Amino acid sequence: MSNIGSYEERVKNFEWSIAEEELGYKKGEVINIGWYCSDRICGMGKGENLALLWENAVGEEKRYTYNDIRAYSNTIGAFLRSLGLKNEDRVCLFMDRIPELFIGLVGILKIGAIAQPLFSAFGDESLFVRLENAGTSAIITQRKHALKIRKIIDRLPNLKHIIIVDHDGKKELVGREIAFSMQSERVEKLEISPTKAESPSILHYTSGTTGLPKGVQHVHYSLISQYLTAKWVLDITEDDIYWCTADPGWVTGTSYGIIAPWALGVTQCVLDSGFSAEAWYRFIQKYRVTVWYSAPTAIRSLMKAGDEIVKQYDLSCLRHLISVGEPLNAEAVVWSEKVFGLPFHDSYWQTETGSIMITNFPGMKIKPGSMGKPFPGIIGTVVNPETCEPIKEPGVIGLIAFRPGWPAMMRTYWKNEETYKGKFKNNWYLPGDRARIDGEGYFWFIGRDDDIINTAGHLVSPFEVESVLLEHPAVAESAVVSKPDEINMEVVKAFVTLKPGFEISEELELDIMNFIRKKLSSLAMPQEVEYVDSLPKTRSGKIMRRLLHAKEWGEEIGDISTLEND
Amino acid sequence: MDEVKDVILEYVIEEYGGEDNDITYETPLISGGLVDSFSMVSLKRFLEIKYKISIPDEDASPEAFDSVNKIADLVRQYTS
Repeated sequence: MSNIGSYEERVKNFEWSIAEEELGYKKGEVINIGWYCSDRICGMGKGENLALLWENAVGEEKRYTYNDIRAYSNTIGAFLRSLGLKNEDRVCLFMDRIPELFIGLVGILKIGAIAQPLFSAFGDESLFVRLENAGTSAIITQRKHALKIRKIIDRLPNLKHIIIVDHDGKKELVGREIAFSMQSERVEKLEISPTKAESPSILHYTSGTTGLPKGVQHVHYSLISQYLTAKWVLDITEDDIYWCTADPGWVTGTSYGIIAPWALGVTQCVLDSGFSAEAWYRFIQKYRVTVWYSAPTAIRSLMKAGDEIVKQYDLSCLRHLISVGEPLNAEAVVWSEKVFGLPFHDSYWQTETGSIMITNFPGMKIKPGSMGKPFPGIIGTVVNPETCEPIKEPGVIGLIAFRPGWPAMMRTYWKNEETYKGKFKNNWYLPGDRARIDGEGYFWFIGRDDDIINTAGHLVSPFEVESVLLEHPAVAESAVVSKPDEINMEVVKAFVTLKPGFEISEELELDIMNFIRKKLSSLAMPQEVEYVDSLPKTRSGKIMRRLLHAKEWGEEIGDISTLEND
Repeated sequence: MDEVKDVILEYVIEEYGGEDNDITYETPLISGGLVDSFSMVSLKRFLEIKYKISIPDEDASPEAFDSVNKIADLVRQYTS
């Protein structure tokens, strides 16, 4: 029997207070995610249970109990306090998937500061705009990433502390850099900040169609949604060995890679290495993973590696598989059922929603290719794009819409209240995706309602890439769109015109690609650069990305009445 | 001295090495997280331009790109 039991019964009798009661939280009292993820579990007599099984690319292993998580997060919290950091100061986590990243988030939350996790593959420009926007006071990082920070530190007067967790003394620290070793001591007691439901907790940055990335602000009360969705959707129990493959630089990696599993007291595994089918199957076999939360890009890569390799490993430990990040194609569901004897259950949510919104629940009939149904307590529908009224007729495409008010809903975009308000229409929250609902209430994903590129489950802003392209000495104008990709669903493609004096060449294309990779990230790097004489524009001079997008996807070009004539 | 290996090593250090640029011929690049699947595209493009070869996508696997030595072996397949 799954944790959720009957979906229909849960929908009928749902209250978020179910989670509040299980967590022992009463309205108006203190709620601190850091405490729930460590001290509470220890207080329940489970301090010696394993919280984290960690392994890196060269096979080095580390194991942490809940007592370890409690003490080392105290160590981090105490150290941050010793630097003068306090409530609501922004502390960035900029690391590979090392234990300090996971435990560091808990420590930051314990002192009431706001954790700002950023993907460690970000280049210096991506890092800069996010640190500047957040007014970040401290960054916890590794020496391998310190160079990126040194490049931008002069432009970040608010960034007072650069905390290096693996300083080995071989090279001197410079400027505001300071060495810190999490395991240098165990701090057994730390005064936990008395945060309340609406106290800010995490700031995740997400790409927008126009303008700079937006800081999605969450609060400590998000725990309520994250806890219950993990219990009912991921079906986690204390006996499970859970593996969430997402990086905590993104929301899945914090909501379901740190907060939910540790609030539930489960043992979770982390593999800090690049992707390979062999490495992943070996990892599942070695740690006897039972619940596996992954992403369509990874699943498609595993499919590409073939069925034979699966047979070389004993994966009989697996009992429940879930996917998130991009639409899970029907073939992947059918394939996983064939090779693992278990289907992947698709789940749908986004940085702003903070927790799973629509999903295929354990025990529910899966329709391969469907997103599933809304979580109990979530009122979800599709609405007419013009009127924002719900579409009653099955099969008609509209905008996905949710009634605001669930616990993990973002509270604002950092310093950008206007854009935040723009996400709501007619008392619906609009995530910016299109879907249809069939006669049985299943949602079917259609696509984004804007120009945002979803590559391997990560959102890339065309605007951000175009802006940095213009910083390249050879580029006069640029337009960025997605192009189809078998594994990653979409990848970035750039169209550029060159400045006088520059000539088209393969070397220049490579130089432009690497320029973006280093400034922004590998995800944002155009996988192809096409040189053009001019870009399609409206008469008012706005680049018509949709024409280029249509060309890449073989779609109808549509209305071109506003196209500028050369 | 193996010129192919050295050229590739120099490029990898320059493009993907950070503060710790102690990358060797055997350092795991993909499985070690130094080069991800997206960055592999630009690394493949570099090899194709530098050696005037075309590496089919099916041969450009994470395993084949996992160290400088392995990449050099792959390049030799197409240049010999």
